[in-house]
Order: sequence, then C-alpha cells, then structure tokens
Amino acid sequence: MSATTAGVLFVVSLVVVLAAAYRPAGDHLYRVFTGTRHSRVERGVYRVIGVDPAAEQPWGIYARSVLAFSAISLLLLYAFLRLQGHLLLSLGFDDVPPELSWNTAVSFMTNTNWQAYSGESTLGHLVQMAGLAVQNFLSAAVGIAVCVALVRGFARSRTEHLGNFWVDLVRICFRVLLPVAVVAAIVFVAAGAAQNFSSGQEISTLTGGTQTIPGGPAASQEAIKLLGTNGGGFWNVNSAHPLSNPTGWTNWIQIFLILLIPVSLPRAFGRMVGSNKQGYAILAAMGTIAIASVALLNLSNGLALGTVPTAVGAATEGTETRFGVLQSATFGAATTLTSTGAVDSFHSSYTSFGGGLTMLNMMLGEIAPGGTGSGLYGMLVIAVITVFVAGLMVGRTPEYLGKKIGSREIKFASLYLLTTPALVLVGTAVAMATPGARDSMLSSGSHGFSEVLYAFTSASNNNGSAFAGLSANTGFYNTALGICMLLGRLLPIIFVLGLAGSLARQRPVPESAGTLKTYQPLFVGMLVGVVVIVVALTFLPALALGPIAEGLS
Amino acid sequence: MTTTSIIDTPAPPEPTKPTIKGGLLDPKQLWASLPDALRKLDPRTLWRNPVMFIVEIGSVFTTVLAITDPSVFSWVITVWLWLTVLFANLAEAVAEGRGKAQADTLRKAKQDTVGRKLRNWNPDSPEIDEHTVGAPELQLGDFVVVDAGEVIPGDGEVVQGIASVDESAITGESAPVIRESGGDRSAVTGGTRVLSDRIIVRITQKPGESFVDRMIALVEGANRQKTPNEIALNILLASLTVIFLMAVATLQPMAVFAVREQGFGPDDAVLNNDGVTGIVLVSLLVCLIPTTIGALLSAIGIAGMDRLVQRNVLAMSGRAVEAAGDVSTLLLDKTGTITLGNRQASEFVPVHGVSVAEIADAAQLSSLSDETPEGRSIVTHAQQAHQLPERSPGELRDATWIEFTAQTRMSGVDLGDRQLRKGAAASVIEWVRANGGHVPDDVKDIVEEISSSGGTPLVVAEHTRVLGVIHLKDVVKPGMRERFDEMRRMGIRTVMITGDNPRTAEAIAREAGVDDFLAEATPEDKLALIKREQEGGKLVAMTGDGTNDAPALAQADVGVAMNTGTSAAKEAGNMVDLDSDPTKLIEIVEIGKQLLITRGALTTFSIANDIAKYFAIIPAIFAAVYPGLDTLNIMRLDSPTSAILSAVVFNAIIIVALIPLALRGVRYRPSDAATMLRRNLLVYGVGGIVTPFIGIKVIDLLISNIPGIS
Repeated sequence: MSATTAGVLFVVSLVVVLAAAYRPAGDHLYRVFTGTRHSRVERGVYRVIGVDPAAEQPWGIYARSVLAFSAISLLLLYAFLRLQGHLLLSLGFDDVPPELSWNTAVSFMTNTNWQAYSGESTLGHLVQMAGLAVQNFLSAAVGIAVCVALVRGFARSRTEHLGNFWVDLVRICFRVLLPVAVVAAIVFVAAGAAQNFSSGQEISTLTGGTQTIPGGPAASQEAIKLLGTNGGGFWNVNSAHPLSNPTGWTNWIQIFLILLIPVSLPRAFGRMVGSNKQGYAILAAMGTIAIASVALLNLSNGLALGTVPTAVGAATEGTETRFGVLQSATFGAATTLTSTGAVDSFHSSYTSFGGGLTMLNMMLGEIAPGGTGSGLYGMLVIAVITVFVAGLMVGRTPEYLGKKIGSREIKFASLYLLTTPALVLVGTAVAMATPGARDSMLSSGSHGFSEVLYAFTSASNNNGSAFAGLSANTGFYNTALGICMLLGRLLPIIFVLGLAGSLARQRPVPESAGTLKTYQPLFVGMLVGVVVIVVALTFLPALALGPIAEGLS
Repeated sequence: MTTTSIIDTPAPPEPTKPTIKGGLLDPKQLWASLPDALRKLDPRTLWRNPVMFIVEIGSVFTTVLAITDPSVFSWVITVWLWLTVLFANLAEAVAEGRGKAQADTLRKAKQDTVGRKLRNWNPDSPEIDEHTVGAPELQLGDFVVVDAGEVIPGDGEVVQGIASVDESAITGESAPVIRESGGDRSAVTGGTRVLSDRIIVRITQKPGESFVDRMIALVEGANRQKTPNEIALNILLASLTVIFLMAVATLQPMAVFAVREQGFGPDDAVLNNDGVTGIVLVSLLVCLIPTTIGALLSAIGIAGMDRLVQRNVLAMSGRAVEAAGDVSTLLLDKTGTITLGNRQASEFVPVHGVSVAEIADAAQLSSLSDETPEGRSIVTHAQQAHQLPERSPGELRDATWIEFTAQTRMSGVDLGDRQLRKGAAASVIEWVRANGGHVPDDVKDIVEEISSSGGTPLVVAEHTRVLGVIHLKDVVKPGMRERFDEMRRMGIRTVMITGDNPRTAEAIAREAGVDDFLAEATPEDKLALIKREQEGGKLVAMTGDGTNDAPALAQADVGVAMNTGTSAAKEAGNMVDLDSDPTKLIEIVEIGKQLLITRGALTTFSIANDIAKYFAIIPAIFAAVYPGLDTLNIMRLDSPTSAILSAVVFNAIIIVALIPLALRGVRYRPSDAATMLRRNLLVYGVGGIVTPFIGIKVIDLLISNIPGIS
C-alpha cells in the first residue's frame, strides 16, 4: 500500500466510523441532557455540594455558576502547582514558579492546555493526576454544559430557565466523559502506553550509554486529554511520545476520540430542537470545512512544498515515522479544528502552507467541529449571524429555529465574534512591539512571526497547541497568553449564555413557506461562506506576513 | 340584499401601481441634495452612523497627513475618502429630498387657515356665537362651523350636518367625498375643503398634532426612529467595523517587525521604516469596513417609507413597515377587497318550458327601474351575455314602473297587460299565487341550489307564470386567486372576513382561493381571531375603517386604516391608506419584504466585496517586503499606489452606483424562501465577490497613467 493510499484510507475510515457513531453517540448525549432521573452517585454529589437538582437557572445565574466554578478551579489548581514540592509523588520537583503556575492553571481550567512547561521536568504524578487530569474532565464538561444551555435557549420558549449548570456538569462527567475515558485508557494501556507510578527507569542502551525511560499514569490522562479536546500531554512531546501514543492505530483512535463528542453534539442539538435535519445541517457545515482542511493539509504536507521538505522529498521533519506524514497531517488538522491542541508532530516543521492551515483552523474559531461544546456553540453563533443576513434576503426579519434574531441576539453574537480576533491580533501586535517578547522567537522573519501569531491564536481560541520554536516560558508570554486564554474562554461563554437567555425568552414563530429553511444545502453553503469570509478574512493581513509570505517566497 | 344607498361608495381605484420614480438617478436630484449632504458631514449628526463616522475620522486623519507631507497620492486618497463620506450623505439626502417635496405640498394646505369657533355650542340650541380664530389656536374639543368653500381648520368629527369635501390636498384624489355626522363617515381632516353644505365639526386633535402635521413629519423623515431590524443591523455593522479596525491597527507592529527584519526598497508612499504609512492604513480600513451598506442603510429605510407614500399609504412608524414583511396572516374583508362591492347577476336560469331569451328579456325589463347596483347588473348582464338591446325606461310607452321598496321587495313594470316582476323569491312567488298562477316545482330547486352555492336568487315572473331565477353572486375581483396563490408561496395565510353566513362565505372563499374564512364576523370575533393567531407567534395584518374595527386594528401587528374611516380607526391603526383601498394590504406586505431584502442584499454585497479588496491591498503593501506576496496580486494591478487608490475609488463609486438600487429596492418577485435566497445570493453574494475584481482592475487601468500614482 502506497503512503498516499494509506493516508486516504486513514481519513476515509475515520469519516465512516464517525458517521456511524453520529446517531448513537448523539442520542446518548441527548438523553443525558434531557433525562429527568438522577443516579445515586449523582444525588450524592448534589447533596455534598448543596444543589437542588430540580431547580433551574436563568442565564445570569447559569453564567455566574460557570464563573464561580471556573474561579474555584483556577485557584485550586494554582495552589496545587505552587505547593507541589510539599506534596506526595512530587518526584522531587519543586514548587512551580508563580507565573508558570498562573499560566498552567488558566490553561487547564479553560480547556486550552497550553503548556509552557515540560511535564517530565516540572510536574509530579499527583499534580498531573489530581490537578491537571481533573481539570481535563471538568473544563470539557463546562464547555458542553454551556453548549447545552444555548441549545435549550433555541428549544425552549417563554421561559427564563436554561437548566441547572451543576446538574449538567455532573451528568456530563459521570455519564459521558468518565465511562468513555476509562475504556479508552484501557485500550491505550493495552497498546503499550504507560500507566504506573514509576519515577523513571534508567537503562543501558545497546550503544553503551544510559537512557531514562519515564513512567507515570499517562494512559488515563491521555484518554481524557483527547476525549475532552484538552490536549495537554503528560510529557513534553505530547502524542508523539511512544508511551502516550504507541502505534499507528492508537494514533487513529486518538483522532477518533478528539472528534467523537464534537461531531455527535449536532445530533443532540437536532433532537433537542425537534428537527434532526437541523443537526445534519450544522454537521454538514462543520464537515465541509473539516474535510476541506484535512484534504488541504494532507495535500500541502504530502506534496512537500517548502524549502526543507523539498530537499528531503517529504515533510518528514518533526514527524514520527511510526505514524507517517499524511496521518500526522490529519492529526494536525483534527487537533486544530477542535480545541484540542495535542500534537503528534510539529506544526512548525510543516510546510509553510500546512503550518498556516493549522493556524487558520484555529482562527475560524474552532467550530469545525470544534471543542467539546465550544465547537457547537461557536458554530451556532455564526449560524445566528448567517441567518441574520440570509433571513433579510428572503424578506423577513431573520429567525433561526423559530426564534427572531433581533438586536439583543445580534449584540451577543457580535460580541462573541469580536472577542477572539481581538485577543489574537492585539496580543500578537503587543508581542511584536515588545523587544523582550521578540527575543523569544527562535526563527527570524515570517517564520518567527508565525511562531508568535500561532501562540496567541492557540491561546485565545483555547487550543493549546504550540508551533514550537517560541520560548514561551517567560514572564511576558506566561502572563499575556494566560490573559488571552482566560478572556478567550470566559467572555464567549458569557455572551453565549446571554444569547441563550434572550432566545429562551421568546415566543417561537411558526414555520411557513416564507421561512428561511436552515437545513437546506443553500444555507449550509452560506454558513460556510460566512465562516470563511467574515471570520477568516479578518486574519488575512496577519497571515500574509506569516505563513503566506513564507510559502510564497 | 337589495338596498338603496344614498351615497355611492367611490369605486376602489383600479389596482394600477403608480410608477415609482427615482429608479433612475436624476443628476439634478443629486445636485439639489448636495447642500444637505455637506451639512450632514457634521460629526454631531454623523456619529449616529458608526461606519461612516469612522470613515470621516479617517478622512480627517489623512487630511492632516496630506498637509504635513503632501504628495499626489496622499491628496488623491484624501479627496476620495471625503467623497466616500459625502456619497453616503448624498444617498440619505436624496432619499429625504423626495419626501420633502411632498411635505411642501402638504404645508401649503396648512397655511393661513382660520376657524370659526363656536362658543358654548350644543346640538339643541340654535343660537350660534361664533368668532374667528387662527387654526393653531384651536383646542381639543372646540366646535367650529365650516361652510361651503371654506377649509376645515383641524382634524375633527362632524357633529352636525352633511357635506361633500375635497380631500385632494391630502389624498391627491380629486373626486369629493361625503362627510356626515354619526356613523363611520364623520371624520374630517384639517386642510381639506368643504365643497357644499355646512357642517359643524368638533376638533379632535391637539394643536400641532394634526394629521397633516404627522404626515409632514413622516414624509420628511424628521425624527425618524431606527427600526428594530435596522438597529440590529447597525450593531452587526459596528462590530464588523471594530473587528476590521483591530485588524488594521494591529497590522502596524507586525509590519514594523517585517520591515525592520527583512528590509525593503526605498521609502515610498506605502511603506517606510516606520511601517505602513498612515494614508495606506486608513485606506485599508475604509475598504474593509462595510461602507457600502453603512452608507446606504438609512437611505433604504427612508426610501421604503417613501415607496409607501407614493402608493398613498402613510405608515406611522418604520416598525410597522418592517412588521409588514413578516406578516404571516392577512385578514381581508370580503366586500371591496376580495369581491367587487356588490352582488352581480351572473346567470339567468329558466324554469322548464321557458327559453333563456324570454327570461333575459323579462329580467331586463323588470329591472330597468331598479337603480340599485344589483338591478343595474341585471340589465348589463342581459345586454352583454344575451345580446339584448340597451333600453331606457323612457323609450317604453304605456309603462308603469314599479319601484323597488323594502316592503314589497320587488321591482317591475306593467306594459299594458304584460305585468313583469322580479325580486326576492318568497315575495315574487306570493305575488304569482295572488294572481292565481301556478308555481312549478323546479323553482324551489333552483332557488335552493343558488342559495346553497352562496348566491342570491331573484325570481322573475310574468303575471301568473314564473319564468325563472336570476343568479346574483359576489364577483371575485379578477386576479385575486393568483395573488392568494402567491401569498401562499410566500408563506402568508389569507383569511376572509365576512358578515355572510358560513355557507355563502365558504363558497366565496373557495372561489377566491383564500385559505380560511371567518363568517358572520362581529368585531369581537375579529379581535379574538387576531389574538388567537398572535398567540401562535404569527404576525397579523388587517384593514378596517369603522369605529368598531378600532380594537382589532390596534391589536393587529399591521393595521391599515382607510382614510374614509373614522378617526378612531385612524388612531388605532399604524398605517393609513389615503386611497381607502383594502387590496393595498398586499402591496404593503410586498414593500415591507422588499425593504428587508434590500438591506440583506446590500449587506451581503458589501461584505463579499472585501475579498477583492484584500487581494488588491495586501500585496500592494507588503510585496516590497516579501516579494512572493506579489503572487496574490491576481488582478495584476499596475503599482502599489494605483492598487490602493483603485480600491478606495471603487469603494466610493460603488456607493453612488447603488443609490438607485437603495431607493428603488431590489427586484421583488413573490416566491418561496429558498428561491428568493438562491437568487439574491447569486446576484448580491457571488456578484459581490466578482464585481470589485472587475471594477478595481478597470479603475487601475484608468488611473495608472496619472503621474504620481503609478
């Protein structure tokens, strides 16, 4: 089998399996979001945290719950990192310095998992397990919960109630994330991933030297890292590490786990709003962008454009031979199309356009299919904007799923749309204007600029992958990227919940022949067009000075 | 069924659409609006339009730069940026200008009116204590007397008398109308002229709040409130503007890095060691922000109201016009809207043994003296369908005409011994029996059949013999079925409102092709129907003229009051149709839709334009630093300066080019949502992507020869 055939089969098999999982997985999510019964464990949790599971929250309270929960998560994780030296299983590592602790705590709380540290030389097992891995579950659950609240905004009418954040959070953890993560962890262990409390093993190599084989509870963290689109690797090289991602087929499973929840959420959305067609339409828009991106990245890396790749015949630099160039490209697309940020190869070593594509994927707002929950709510916000313009063109004041898109809805949607580009562009501009920040760049010229642009894009969109090359563990980057991650996560969440509240309050408009059909291919095409023209073009000037300039030179 | 009316309802005007002027841009109109456009440069008014306000700030900035560091390029850019703002103002000024002309005409009607105010007047006391006051001094509740030839000094209600009134100053319709005390025709409008008789009017307006005052304010667009959708669109445009503002502002540090690191050719008008020049940054910003729709948005709104005014409809708020586009249920009165005003003869059905010619002849003769519309329709039908000669009562000798009366419910003629009668079935049959005649069995069947089909049967008889039955029926106006089909395709449900019994109503509803009907409707039923529809989330539009329509008009989302109606109805509705043509509701809905489509289409066009502008400007700025970026110059524009200037010029010219479209509205053809979206997306979306590529290239070809640019 040629490398190309293998690469294509890799993608096609993923698409087929995800398509097969769409309905059962989406239906399961639907039941989780709408069920009325509580398991005994869940009831126990509600009693401990003092929540009445029957009580529903208006959007303001829901948002406050999210913020309060995030604040507590942030503080606990920060304290955990700061106190590491005094805790068990620290492997002799000292307390994490303040700036790095701030950056890491924000990073894991916001589902970003930007890592300015390297796991093997900074963190002990307890912090990894009880600090970071726990946030991997919780931050993913928060994203899904917020998404569910927005979907309820569409599905419900004439109510202030958007559900109960605590119930959503607990259910998503217990009924979705934990069971799948347990199974996935076992699969990874079976494939050879590490799962122990070893502090590393020194062995003699054939050449006579010595090498340390690291150990730790990696497989369990690996599972939720991908399932929750977190992306924070146990070790510095993330999914390229053989004890994290041992073989070509675990690589396939890793991508599957990344995409599983984001891809099946539209199904749950369709069922909740009472029209599966609406779910398919959103999936179609996500799928169109995703497949185009995967194809282009495969093409770009496979054709090996760019100086180094051309010289060696393929974009093999920074790529694991275990996985292959194309399979790595697919992983690179999947991880940036979602808010994962795990890497099994180095985006900095991609061809110029390939590297640019991973950046563009994130700049689209990570909506195809995006992070757990955040992908769907991002896409729905863009759909609201699209409906607003398209709806006018059919001669009615715009409505989506029976809800009028008026000034209040547009206000929240616009603010959402504004936030991440603002953070990315302002962050990058400040970095480029700050001499100290410029010193962190490894390369010069357009490639060096790409390193910085990538970092801010990744942080603001809560992706967490790094372009490599940039020395990000500095006061400036730890602070600035931390701010970008925090605002890039919480501001959009507030706007989404505000939008949800305003939608839920409305009386639905019945559908008629004059209503814009938001499940038809025409609308899906327009949605994709808005994503590309309105969102992507904002970044064209910046991209032109980075990957485009590099690629065209 | 057959009633005599003292006052003939004026026939509803033919549904000929007035031609919409202003579709072609008259250069004179532009010139005349120029002073207004210049006045609108005042930042205190311009800030309301965030997009153009940013352009103005940019223009001021480039002006300063052009003064401190003059060059042909910087001055030309500066001039075109100012023109961009000016063109936007011009669009608004032209739209407003068209209303102003109308307002001036109205003002003339208002001037110098005096009223003869009556002191302590009451209907029972004959003594009149009158004195003359200026119209503006009249207070709510004052009584005035108006004689023939005088102008009514203010809006009011006729409390005594009857008069014919010339309302052409307001409606443009020269035929006088009757105004009388009591009933639904008591409202009079200030500024109209009494032609005959004398009426006493109670003033129902506060000073300065008359109908004419409101009309003037409306057509002038003074204190025009932004509509909800316009506000929402403005928020979106403002957000896009902020995004692009950030994209451009943050470009500078990135550019500085690139310039210092890479080095580039000699300093020029585009790039220097401090990065991109201010002129070019502002140009990029102005090209990217949605200036096209930003410039035309308010003109579109004003023009939408204006299109209504041109059709003689006054919308009290833009909100109502917008709501019209969203209407999902139309309540239409049967009489006058769906059917012609009166029932008409449609068929002569003879009884067994009688020829059609015989009954037609008898029907015509017996109806010659019947002056009711129904009677006249029988005469006409006999002539047209049965080729009978035209006859007038005078040409027949020895004829004794039997007039129709409410007691006999028959009319007819005695020609010597030939006694002909036609009238209500029961009355005529009784008359035949009284004459000793025999009534054949099939008469009952025919009468029954016509009744059950919703028609009215009139029996024709000659002394002792029943000849047959005249079938009178409501005649559905031509073309109504097609219009209702269109409505259905647009997703609008039509409901016919009638006082008829359900059987009759159903027959007409089926013939006209409406979706539903409300029979034996009382005003309460109407109101209940509207509330029920609204409960389900639907928007309802209706017309009405009587005082008892007022609650329903107020409840409806779009309530169109007829100008002939009472002032209560006019107060309750949110639109007034000066032609009093209930059919116009359909046009109002279309205008509402057209308004929204125009906004959406131009927004799409504006955003789609950005692609080409990026391709013009990005390589123009940065090809000097990264030569590879010249690959993006797919239009092969002559030079960086000509490329940037071309984009700026295109951006300004497209505003002027689209003013006619904004004023006229995009072409609207009723169809379902998908068809409409596909068409508009193709024209304004794909067109919006392609047009600027061509436009910028053409402008570049033209200006690349100007020294100092290329």
